[in-house]
Amino acid sequence: MKQGSGLRGYAFLYLLFLYAPIIILPVFAFNNSQVVAFPLKGFTTQWFGEMWADANLRAALGRSLVIAVVTASVATILGIFAARASVRYAFPGKAPVMGLIMLPMVLPDIVVAMALLIVLLSLSVPLSMLTIIMGHVLLCMPFAVAILTSAFQSLDKSLEEAALDLGETPASTFRLIILPLVMPGIISSFLICFTISIDEFVLANFLGSGKPVLSVYIFGQFRFPAKVPAMLALGTLLVAFSIVLLAIAEYFRRRGIARAGGKDTGGFL
Amino acid sequence: MAKQISAEARKGWTLISPPAFYAVLMLAAPLATVLIYSVMTGEKGAVSLPLTLDNYYELFTKPIYRALMWRSLYVSLCVTLATVILAYPIAYFVSFYVSPSKKSLWLFLITIPFWTSYIIRVSLWRTILGYDGILDSMVMGLGLTDTQPNILSNGVLSIIITLAHAYAPFAVLPIFVSLEKVDRSLLEAGQDLGESRWMTFLRVTLPLSLPGVIAAVLIVFIPTVGDYVTPELIGGGKTPMIANLMEVAMLKQRDQAMGSAIAVGAMLIVALISVVFVLWNRRFLGGRK
Repeated sequence: MKQGSGLRGYAFLYLLFLYAPIIILPVFAFNNSQVVAFPLKGFTTQWFGEMWADANLRAALGRSLVIAVVTASVATILGIFAARASVRYAFPGKAPVMGLIMLPMVLPDIVVAMALLIVLLSLSVPLSMLTIIMGHVLLCMPFAVAILTSAFQSLDKSLEEAALDLGETPASTFRLIILPLVMPGIISSFLICFTISIDEFVLANFLGSGKPVLSVYIFGQFRFPAKVPAMLALGTLLVAFSIVLLAIAEYFRRRGIARAGGKDTGGFL
Repeated sequence: MAKQISAEARKGWTLISPPAFYAVLMLAAPLATVLIYSVMTGEKGAVSLPLTLDNYYELFTKPIYRALMWRSLYVSLCVTLATVILAYPIAYFVSFYVSPSKKSLWLFLITIPFWTSYIIRVSLWRTILGYDGILDSMVMGLGLTDTQPNILSNGVLSIIITLAHAYAPFAVLPIFVSLEKVDRSLLEAGQDLGESRWMTFLRVTLPLSLPGVIAAVLIVFIPTVGDYVTPELIGGGKTPMIANLMEVAMLKQRDQAMGSAIAVGAMLIVALISVVFVLWNRRFLGGRK
């Protein structure tokens, strides 16, 4: 077990590296100095107050929330269609279609953003929150499909056949049997898409109008050293919030697997 | 029977049509447009006929384009190497030394940082690495050096550190999945037959986990080439990569034809390297099976 203990030590160092920025966030968000450096100067909640007093930030947050809720809903609904079709039915052309739907996962964001922007500009579509949503749905759909595919895969086909044999219509079978069983997957997909959309910068920057969303606003603020502590305060809240969301998503994902009688095989990706 | 199959195919197609329609409209059509624009003549904010390969010629011969392309590839290769080498022991540790009930907790811990604001994480690295920043003040405070390391002044190095941090979980997960599939009885057999632990690892575990390593390399390499945010924030615009060049061509110079050629050229080079890498692995490493 000597080898194992060396690896364990390495694992903790690695986690420390991964978490370094996240640990630093709250430390300097509560630090009573505009300069972000050691030694620490004392405790203050001033930066949180300053952050909350920023009306532009609140407006940006509002826009981000609207975009994220719409994106997560649309991407999850489209993801249900794709995941159900790919798990349940065999049809010609399935591989290329699924490949196209999953493609944004491997394309650089900037390529997706520029390609969409060219088309929108040539059709003279005005840039707005709607165009950001259009891009975000495209980006989130592969994640929704991936999560929902595993939810549909762990579904026992005989349950569905039993319902049909007992006189339910395909529609009512879907509503009464399938939907409740994959519901944890749906919730998990919604939360993940919501998190991705809130966080996304490249598409939001290029497909948006002059009114920034949260990520674009933060990007701009980090250029001014005086604004950095307030941004760290905001970051602390965002990290806390997304950890709570992820924990809920993880809970539902596990419950979904447990409910369908499967074995847990790992994380989100 | 044939009719049954077509009925199933029809159901499948009906079901998949909304997401497929969306992907065609929002992704396939724009990508096709980029492809067409890339062989047209660009003017300020417009493209026109005749069709030409001039943009590609310029892309592959003009020094600035070549320099930025090389820098992007170099950064991306360093990041890939660093993340995969750092990730392998972690994946190995979680797969072989962590009890099954705790495995998903570990994976959860590794993936959490990935889901926290990308912009804030990247900006934080600037604060950490910058002149008189957190690292400098820590190193000075501990009395390790007399001068500030000021890593941020080295644009390429700080971009590599930041990206290696951002893509770490992407490398751990595929390697972990392939290690989980390694049949544990093979390892016992290797050691029963007199191989040392280390040789068993080199000759059994490592080759069997290579598919995961290849997946990890591709998952990290492909998106990092096109990263836009990190060079912009960390390099302060002074160390641009290919994605920033694309933005300049498209939006600042308003040359959509050239911008499209950069996009297509970058994607082609990345695809080419990925295919060569996968084939090379099949030839030299997969051949042992």
